[in-house]
Amino acid sequence: MSQEGSAPSSQATPSGSGEQKTGNPPAAKKLSAVNLDFFYGAFQALHNISLDFQENHITALIGPSGCGKSTFIRTLNRMHETVKGTRLTGQIFLDGKDILTEDVNAVRLKVGMVFQRSNPFPKTIFENVAYGLHVNSFQGGKAAIREVVEKSLVKAALWDEVKDKVHESAFGLSGGQQQRLCIARALAVEPEVLLLDEPCSALDPIATAKIEELLFALKSETTIVIVTHNMQQAARVSDFTGFFLLGKMIEFNTTNVIFQNPGMTETEDYVTGRFG
Amino acid sequence: MRHFSIELEELNHKLLEMAGLVEASIHHSVRSLVEQNRDLAQQVIRDEPQINRMEMEIDGLVTRLLALRQPVARDLRFLTAALKINTDLERIGDLANHIAERALSLMHHPLVKPMTDIPKMASLVQSMLLKCLDAFVKGDADLARSVLLADDEVDALRDAVYAELLVIMQRDPGIVPAAVDLIFVARNLERIGDHATNIAEDVVFLVKGIDVRHHAEHIEKTGDPAA
Repeated sequence: MSQEGSAPSSQATPSGSGEQKTGNPPAAKKLSAVNLDFFYGAFQALHNISLDFQENHITALIGPSGCGKSTFIRTLNRMHETVKGTRLTGQIFLDGKDILTEDVNAVRLKVGMVFQRSNPFPKTIFENVAYGLHVNSFQGGKAAIREVVEKSLVKAALWDEVKDKVHESAFGLSGGQQQRLCIARALAVEPEVLLLDEPCSALDPIATAKIEELLFALKSETTIVIVTHNMQQAARVSDFTGFFLLGKMIEFNTTNVIFQNPGMTETEDYVTGRFG
Repeated sequence: MRHFSIELEELNHKLLEMAGLVEASIHHSVRSLVEQNRDLAQQVIRDEPQINRMEMEIDGLVTRLLALRQPVARDLRFLTAALKINTDLERIGDLANHIAERALSLMHHPLVKPMTDIPKMASLVQSMLLKCLDAFVKGDADLARSVLLADDEVDALRDAVYAELLVIMQRDPGIVPAAVDLIFVARNLERIGDHATNIAEDVVFLVKGIDVRHHAEHIEKTGDPAA
């Protein structure tokens, strides 16, 4: 069992991997997966994944369908536990503490998640954002809740579009707005890490651009992990990229290296569309 | 085969076609000079517009592929290298044209001296161009690197030509116009060597993803900018 502060360095860090100098100071390690294996029943979906996520940076996970990237991101806030018959071995450290041994609700407060399809609750915009506060027994009064809701909607770049209708149904929003609402809902509880599983796959280019700008703005206070099928999106938004194939992490490096001069043939074949 | 691969192959084919024209232009311009062959010089001048047209065509194709295919990794490196190699080839075509013009001019004057260093320079830069294009076709970074080393030899020959002609001009001012033509020929050949070097550097980048221009590789490894 791990102890606080004992998280070992995982194998997949870009330092010393041939990346050219960027002039940026080295970032602190926020979240780490160490020797992660994952099984759906007898089927092994992840094979010995070790990966560090740098604080206040965006890491993209790419790979073909069924490669395990969505499975992996779901382990990072223990969403996999909602699926029966699954088994996980290995460790996941958040600030040096193994999240697999902590209270799951506490973990999900710190590690928020946004899914591929926006999933607002059948409530008002306001209630959607405030929902996490109620669930977590927020101690502030109504004014404090209003403040958090407004702040979260501002952070999610949605406030200007909804400030006059926050008490209307969330279902009246467009797809892109609903997705930003889900991000606002995740931000309301001030997560330290934000996981996004293909957040733009159902959005048009304008809504996608808004979400991407939002990620840039959020990374100064949050560590972000994004799963995406869109190579250009990974190249545009992320600082680091990990390439998954058949449940294994083939290559991890700065996004610059992955998209300009990847080290592995499999990665190059995938990012250039030669894969398969 | 994916459609993008076919387009890249088409670009590769056009670049090699242009390289062939440029190689022929250098060969003919130097022969026209050494053999005082007016027809060859005029052929080089006639061929230049075709090289210019190919440059524009290749530029257009690369720009279209960059915009529509949004390439990454080796495809991106190939397209950026193609854009730069295209420019270098066109400039080499210009320089061959300049040599042909000087060859025509020199035909009006008696021979200043027996030509020794200029044919040597010409042979060297033609070999450099051949090697870097061969390296481009084969994706051979080592062969490309060998071109980088040859450039110093070309520079040394240019210096020798300058020094020798300077002495001759001081001795006999009457041959200055012809000697100036030869100095320009040496200068043009030396510039062809520089462009071949640029192409070789682009090939190393294309194959290895390493930037070897301006001693960048040495600075990257040692942190010493004084290389």
